[in-house]
Amino acid sequence: MVYSYYPGCTLKTKAKKLDRYARDCAQIFEIELEEIEDWQCCGGVYPGMADELATRLSPVRALREAGDKKQDLVTVCSACHHVIKRVNEDVKTSGEIRRKINAYLEPENGYEGETKVIHYLELLRDRIGFDRIREKVKQPLNGKKIAPYYGCLLLRPYDVMNFDDPENPSIMEEFLLAIGAKPVHYALKNECCGGYVTMEDEEFASKKSSSIMEAAMDQGAESMITACPLCKYNLENSGLKNGIPVYYFTELLAEALGVKEQEEGT
Amino acid sequence: MQKIGVFVCWCGSNIAATVDVSKVAGAVKEEPDVIFASDYSYMCSEAGQLMIQNAIKEKGLTGIVVCSCSPRMHEATFRKAAQAAGLNPYMVEIANIREQCSWIHKDKEEGTKKAILLAKAAIAKVRFNEPLTAGETPVTKRALVIGGGIAGIQTALDIADAGFEVDIVEKSPTIGGKMAQLDKTFPTLDCAACILTPKMVDAAAHEKIRLFTYSEVEKVKGFVGNFTVDIRKKARSIQEEKCTGCGACMEKCPSRKTGNEFNERLDNRTAIYIPFAQAIPNIPSIDREACIHFKTGKCGICQKTCGVGAIDFDQQDERITRKYGAIVAATGFQPISLERFDEFQYSKSPDVITSLELERLMNAAGPTKGELVKPSSRKHPSDMVFVQCVGSRGESCREKSYCSKICCMYTAKHAMMIRDKYPDINVHVFYIDVRTPGKNFDEFYRRAVEDYGVDYRKGMVGKVMEQKDGRLLVQASDLLTGEQLLLHTDMVVLATAIEPDKSARALATMLTASMDTNDFFTEAHPKLRPVESPTAGIFLSGTCQGPKDIPETVAQAGAAAAKVIGLLSREKLLNNPQVAKAEERLCSGCSGCSKVCPYGAIDYEVREIWDHGVRKTRRIAVVNEAVCQGCGACTVTCPSGAMDLKGFTAKQIMAEVDAICR
Amino acid sequence: MREEILRISGVNPLKCMKCGKCTASCPAFEKMEYHPHQFVEMVQNNHITPLLESESQYYCMSCLVCEERCPRGVKPQKLIEAVQVLKLRASEGNRLKPQDVANRLDPSLPQQALMAAFRKYSR
Repeated sequence: MVYSYYPGCTLKTKAKKLDRYARDCAQIFEIELEEIEDWQCCGGVYPGMADELATRLSPVRALREAGDKKQDLVTVCSACHHVIKRVNEDVKTSGEIRRKINAYLEPENGYEGETKVIHYLELLRDRIGFDRIREKVKQPLNGKKIAPYYGCLLLRPYDVMNFDDPENPSIMEEFLLAIGAKPVHYALKNECCGGYVTMEDEEFASKKSSSIMEAAMDQGAESMITACPLCKYNLENSGLKNGIPVYYFTELLAEALGVKEQEEGT
Repeated sequence: MQKIGVFVCWCGSNIAATVDVSKVAGAVKEEPDVIFASDYSYMCSEAGQLMIQNAIKEKGLTGIVVCSCSPRMHEATFRKAAQAAGLNPYMVEIANIREQCSWIHKDKEEGTKKAILLAKAAIAKVRFNEPLTAGETPVTKRALVIGGGIAGIQTALDIADAGFEVDIVEKSPTIGGKMAQLDKTFPTLDCAACILTPKMVDAAAHEKIRLFTYSEVEKVKGFVGNFTVDIRKKARSIQEEKCTGCGACMEKCPSRKTGNEFNERLDNRTAIYIPFAQAIPNIPSIDREACIHFKTGKCGICQKTCGVGAIDFDQQDERITRKYGAIVAATGFQPISLERFDEFQYSKSPDVITSLELERLMNAAGPTKGELVKPSSRKHPSDMVFVQCVGSRGESCREKSYCSKICCMYTAKHAMMIRDKYPDINVHVFYIDVRTPGKNFDEFYRRAVEDYGVDYRKGMVGKVMEQKDGRLLVQASDLLTGEQLLLHTDMVVLATAIEPDKSARALATMLTASMDTNDFFTEAHPKLRPVESPTAGIFLSGTCQGPKDIPETVAQAGAAAAKVIGLLSREKLLNNPQVAKAEERLCSGCSGCSKVCPYGAIDYEVREIWDHGVRKTRRIAVVNEAVCQGCGACTVTCPSGAMDLKGFTAKQIMAEVDAICR
Repeated sequence: MREEILRISGVNPLKCMKCGKCTASCPAFEKMEYHPHQFVEMVQNNHITPLLESESQYYCMSCLVCEERCPRGVKPQKLIEAVQVLKLRASEGNRLKPQDVANRLDPSLPQQALMAAFRKYSR
């Protein structure tokens, strides 16, 4: 099965692991992630104002390319996923945005929001299935206590993101169980890490992320997983003494499937 | 040739402000068959009716058109007036120039033009009206009450006391409903059990009342005065006539892990169980999904224990068919599911509970014998937070759009009772608005604040977080001080929105009773007929019609009973003569009409007819006029045009359309 | 100004029932002078200048918890963003300049942070 794949800028630079492991693990399940040609940065934040068109163009280009190939578009980074899925929804629901963007991009058939955007976690849950993943696990994580960290963009707003309960999500917990880890429940799993406000007030962002990590540690977490490079950065930058490591979820998947070791050996 | 009179109503300024009424009266004078037209300020008043009656008598009118409000409002009034003046009541037509004209238009010229058209259409129709005479059907002098909570019990008692038979069908093993679960009741703080259980006993003991507990309505046929209802009595696996209610079976039952519904699943019950000590009837039922015997074929301890041999594992559901003259829906409410409200950690923390769960925690017969403890640790709490409006007054798919009405008062009650019994517990209530209309209600709430020191804060709770020390951290707004509060607390109580019981939707379909988008039953008129469904013979009692507290529920239950008594007191009912009729020369007996008839009013008979001078034998549709409700579904289905609706014939409707298009 | 904010944000502040759940949920509360519910109320009352002049807007993390939990579907975050956008469009200068971030370019800082911050704080 072939999917269109949008890695995003951070996955090509600072978060290469998130990208590489995503592709390697997909191959185990006979899934090919075909990178969108000449993709451009999604913009990092969703442009919420109705009259912002230029900032919506790059997601639409990626969406249209996947649509031309009749493929679903897979993303890994929470922010890319959020921006692309919401822009897609805008094209689908707002006649004005659809008309203006199509007038500018002049696509052959006109793009109307028909591409389905799925997050890599959804790919694991809904297309591959956690049971199949469980079967392929070579090195289970032996009950390691891991705190899933969702942050904001992956789940909210539910009306559009629509793949897990924004107040009591379970997809990462199910994922952790499938690879043999023990998910840790803590109330701040969907609280904001501070996001881009780290550029405005680093200290404040650290405060936000340290309270999240502390809440996870209070419940006995030994490490955390996330799907977002900025979340990972803020959590690691929290200034917390005895802080716990933060991993991309794909990294742990690769470890469990035995793909990670092979790579590091070569 | 008819002699038609037209009467244009001003409705004060309701119509006259947007429609030039004298111009309407003037314009219709030229219409065929119209011999009289006039206008008046209030046609429905005594003087207005007299004006119509005098015109009928003096001018010898054979048909009248009243241009006024909706026929739902005053058609009956004008028909009655016409009848008193010697005119067949079905020779009256209403042109609705208020709801469908003056109220929805601003421009007087446009409004007047439209009113004239509507009047012309009604005139065109009445020219083809024929006098109709209503038939009669006898009334079955027995009522069915569906639901055995306080609403159903009160309605049944009132009907029975008037001397009529009543059956109560209750789906759970006992009557009593939600009120049986409550501890105290506002604003007087009487104990719910003390005022409810005597009524339960009265209902069970009443010679005119028959209880069908653990039973459900399966099928409803017929019409006002003559319903036939199938009731499924679910198998309790107990022979009721043998059981003495001794309870030995329950003591010995080894399956003890099923959530106790009566205690809101705060503790467990056995597989063979009586929901609570005062349950009526005091007979256990076996929950077959929990019972070891039904799951594995083994066990059977209850059977061995029972001294009178009442346990019957082979018992089957029983189907009973009964006839009724009236049906009362009293299906009640349930709290909404809090599945999607986990910002409050309801599904994660046992110390976050609903208000109904708190009722059980405070009740002397509850899982803690009335001692208020944290469910997680069974320890005494020192601080509690109440959150109002959880799931009420919202727009998203997880919320209800309406105010649940009872939460402000029961939260004040809970807060007051806790402060009274345990003055050491700090109690905070987060509210958006405190709504306390009702006799002695606001005074009650003020007492909670002023005399009991309950800490009311204007604002909502944003998030509840479990802490390492086992307590809860509540993050909330205090909009009056402009603070974001972080409160360490032991328990959070959610004033959960209420919704109609989930059985109501299917029942409404069986009763052909209408519902609103929230699945509350709709009343025939929101102000003037609040306890009747628009479907004749169906009455509404309690929270199935909308959120209400106990005093209102009891009042409505009595009102519904009064309406039922009024109906059952009559020997015969007049049928609606505006029913369907098949023209035998056109009917081909195709059965299309009977398939769409929602009332089962159409049968067939083989008849000999004359068709163009030839004698033929044909299968022809026959409408049971007592059952037909005149909905018209058959008339639009009939491929040959044989089916027509008296009072709304195809010819009449075409004449109306022609009048408008002319 | 009010009409412009309502137009670009698509928000109807009249839907607000003044429950304060947005502000109760806001993770940036302590840094804000005006809080999410006040953005809604003040835009409705055309009391917008104080919002434009306040630092509060820069602390919104666009985490959307206000939007998610609002019982009335008001979307306060969109109003805060609209105030930001209005201020940036008024060409009063960018909040964030390239030279400001020089000292932050440590090897671990993800591109995403720069991208998002420039989108939010400059034009």
